[in-house]
Amino acid sequence: MTELPRLVTSGGCRDEPILKQRGQREVFCGLTGIIWLHRKMQDAFFLVIGSRTCAHLLQSAAGVMIFAEPRFGTAILEETDLAGLADAHAELDKVVDQLLARRKDIKQLFLVGSCPSEVIKLDLSRAAERMTEKYAPSVRVLNFSGSGIETTFTQGEDACLASMVPVLPQTDARQLLLVGALPDVVEEQAVSLLTDMGIGPVKVLPAPRSDTDLAVGENTVFALTQPFLGDTHAALERRGARHLAAAFPFGEEGTTAWLRVIAQEFGVSQETFDRVTEAPRARARKAISQAADALQGKSIFFFPDSQLEIPLARFLTRECGMEAVEVGAPFIHKGIVGPDLDMLAQGPTLSEGQDVDLQLDRCRAARPDLTVCGLGLANPLEAEGLATKWAIELVFTPVHFYEQAGDLAGLFSRPVRRSDLLKLEASA
Amino acid sequence: MKLTVWTYEGPPHVGAMRVATGMTGLHYVLHAPQGDTYADLLFTMIERRDHRPPVTYTTFQARDLGSDTANLFKTSLQDAYARFEPEALIVGASCTAELIQDDPGGMSETMDIPVPVIPLELPSYQRKENFGADETFFQIVRALAEPMQKTAQITCNLIGPTALGFRHRDDITEITSLLSDMSISVNVVAPMTASPSDVKRLGAAHFNVLMYPETAETAARWMARELDQPYTKTVPIGVGATRDFVREVAEITGLKPYLDDTRLRLPWYSKSVDSTYLTGKRVFLFGDGTHVAAAARIARDEMGFEVVGIGCYNREMARPIRALARDYGVEALITDDYLEVERVIETLQPEMILGTQMERHIGKRLGIPCAVISAPVHVQDFPARYSPQMGIEGANVIFDTWVHPLVMGLEEHLLHMFRDDFEFHDAAGPSHHGGHAPKPDVAGADTQMPAPASNVIWLDDAERELKKIPFFVRGKARRNTETFASERGVAEISVETLYEAKAHYAR
Repeated sequence: MTELPRLVTSGGCRDEPILKQRGQREVFCGLTGIIWLHRKMQDAFFLVIGSRTCAHLLQSAAGVMIFAEPRFGTAILEETDLAGLADAHAELDKVVDQLLARRKDIKQLFLVGSCPSEVIKLDLSRAAERMTEKYAPSVRVLNFSGSGIETTFTQGEDACLASMVPVLPQTDARQLLLVGALPDVVEEQAVSLLTDMGIGPVKVLPAPRSDTDLAVGENTVFALTQPFLGDTHAALERRGARHLAAAFPFGEEGTTAWLRVIAQEFGVSQETFDRVTEAPRARARKAISQAADALQGKSIFFFPDSQLEIPLARFLTRECGMEAVEVGAPFIHKGIVGPDLDMLAQGPTLSEGQDVDLQLDRCRAARPDLTVCGLGLANPLEAEGLATKWAIELVFTPVHFYEQAGDLAGLFSRPVRRSDLLKLEASA
Repeated sequence: MKLTVWTYEGPPHVGAMRVATGMTGLHYVLHAPQGDTYADLLFTMIERRDHRPPVTYTTFQARDLGSDTANLFKTSLQDAYARFEPEALIVGASCTAELIQDDPGGMSETMDIPVPVIPLELPSYQRKENFGADETFFQIVRALAEPMQKTAQITCNLIGPTALGFRHRDDITEITSLLSDMSISVNVVAPMTASPSDVKRLGAAHFNVLMYPETAETAARWMARELDQPYTKTVPIGVGATRDFVREVAEITGLKPYLDDTRLRLPWYSKSVDSTYLTGKRVFLFGDGTHVAAAARIARDEMGFEVVGIGCYNREMARPIRALARDYGVEALITDDYLEVERVIETLQPEMILGTQMERHIGKRLGIPCAVISAPVHVQDFPARYSPQMGIEGANVIFDTWVHPLVMGLEEHLLHMFRDDFEFHDAAGPSHHGGHAPKPDVAGADTQMPAPASNVIWLDDAERELKKIPFFVRGKARRNTETFASERGVAEISVETLYEAKAHYAR
């Protein structure tokens, strides 16, 4: 684990066959991303145009309702709205008027499409244009879809960020753009590592506020911090920006590989690179090795959830000594996770999409030491004696870059260690 | 279109899931897109269920629209029957599927499924979760239950408990034991614990105990008419209501009323000298109609509180709650708008809220203590210990639950006595639940942290880095880093030191 990144001798998983099954899925829809996006963008309001189910999902996914009046809400469609579309637009205008009158702090409003609004073909882009004119310059109105008929879980963030790209101002300045909503502490670590190497200016999408000087153009190169940003990637390329494809910054090895690609682009010397990364790399290795003891030789099975599965499988197999049985992802974008696939040794089943019942059959047959799955499956599998890790925690917890590498390994080792710790029978 | 921030009830298909998940041997095929599967976690996480809800979602996608969503439904139904082999199926649509009008009920009729398939019509854009549960249970009962010979001994059914119900699990145990003391045994508990074959023999009981009108009143009325089963109108929550319930059961059955109240402590606890501090406390009540009505009586008659406001979120109970409010001389608040409830509470300024998890958050914000009396549920509403609301033990539990957030009698005086003491000032709040007192903001709380015990100094950027760590683990991070530094004789803590320490303690 202390060596430099090495390619797997077998040639990796990039060209391995992918199992695709069609059946019931057990995943969140893209609306869920609002839970973390609204914390990240502090002057934005997310207005879902949907049903009571959408509101209920957001509330359940938010888990605890700690914000008395959060910066997200649902305009719930009612029987009368479904009768004629003209009415729905007028109704939406009314709701937005109400909302913006009450929340003067809102500078960006996202109209978020849902399953029902897509099915009745409510044109939210038209609504967003109309409202942008009406409320300019104080509020900018954008729209994206988080509907469950089009998006899976983290694809909601992708759709949101992609909606922001076309309205970014043009710049010819040479700059690095980091793309993906990360916890502040993690984002600042990344920026500071890059700045210490002399790389700059470094900008981040999404910016915490809409009035920052974020712009994009042909001299922009961008690095993704999350593997689920396919549409945003395409939108940025349309603006002339160039993608720096790299393994994702999970673990010591992933973070180093990610930084190295950027450093090469900016002509950073090996000496500088080593000087900046040496100490945090050593810390990361140490922290990982402490947590990884419990994971050595253990098998892991990923149900599809956040699209983080492939980079995480790479981290867990290469840096923590685990064996992947199946790596399921809701969607596999090789242009983005290709470098991670190259580093993942052949062996595990790669699956895209799911038929949850068939996948559960495979999981039960394999009896992995650890199963990464959604909240709907975790307790039922625990009850069958299979240790699980909730996938959603990987999205809500700071896990990127060196200083979090140990925490990331710890998220997986804790459920494994627990089964050894709990003694719930009479003493012999 | 209605702007909603938080919602008290889910959509009606979640009500249907509460019925299906409570039962055994029943499977629900729900025509729905993938995102609707979030509802599974309500049961597996909030209620800690060890099985997946028995629900198959057809999982249609945008590209299926207008082509083969109907076939997708048929395949899903066929596969679900083959895999789970239930005794009966319920079929229906979620909000999105309702719009594409595939008619799951009609389609299932054309298929050759060898067990009863019960279609559900749950209008997602008009009704909500409680309606969904009530209607689903009614449709199942109507499809399966038949008139039959009554049992030789006097028996009853307990109807209304569902999965994800507020203390339903323990209420069943309490009421079963109360009835057993009167020599009445329970024929079937439904929907929770019942299989379709149990539902078939509902008619063998002499009467029904309607535990929760929200989820079973329609079925109770139907059974009264079709199966010749009277049902109880009193919900036995609280001392007086439990005694009334026993009398009502005695009248229905002709048995002698009997209530073993040897374990009942609420009346004495209310009369004991320490409880004078409860007298006249101004309370606001909000929740589902049934629990609010029960709580109002307990609050006024059994605790000596002054009820300053009453409301419910389920419009189905608007009429009885309005009538009740008139009795109490207050205005009823019938709304499912969380912000409106907050405004009313802010205006009334009660000394305590008896509400739902939502009001608990309002209380936190306004610095008003709150005890939870009703759904919507939270993981805290499924305690490991036995904790019913109904019957004798339910009354004891309610006394404890309601008193818990309040400052105890003597302690209140001590707080006044020491109110200007530097360690014991007002803002510190009651010692045993600081959480309920109004707090300075989070950033402010951080500044109150004790200075490092040793001579270690935090450099500015390390201090800034520390502030980025979530506040609930910040204290631990600070302590660990200082210990780490002083053990190594490091006098100044830099960002490096902070992360060296983090790596050291990582595990």
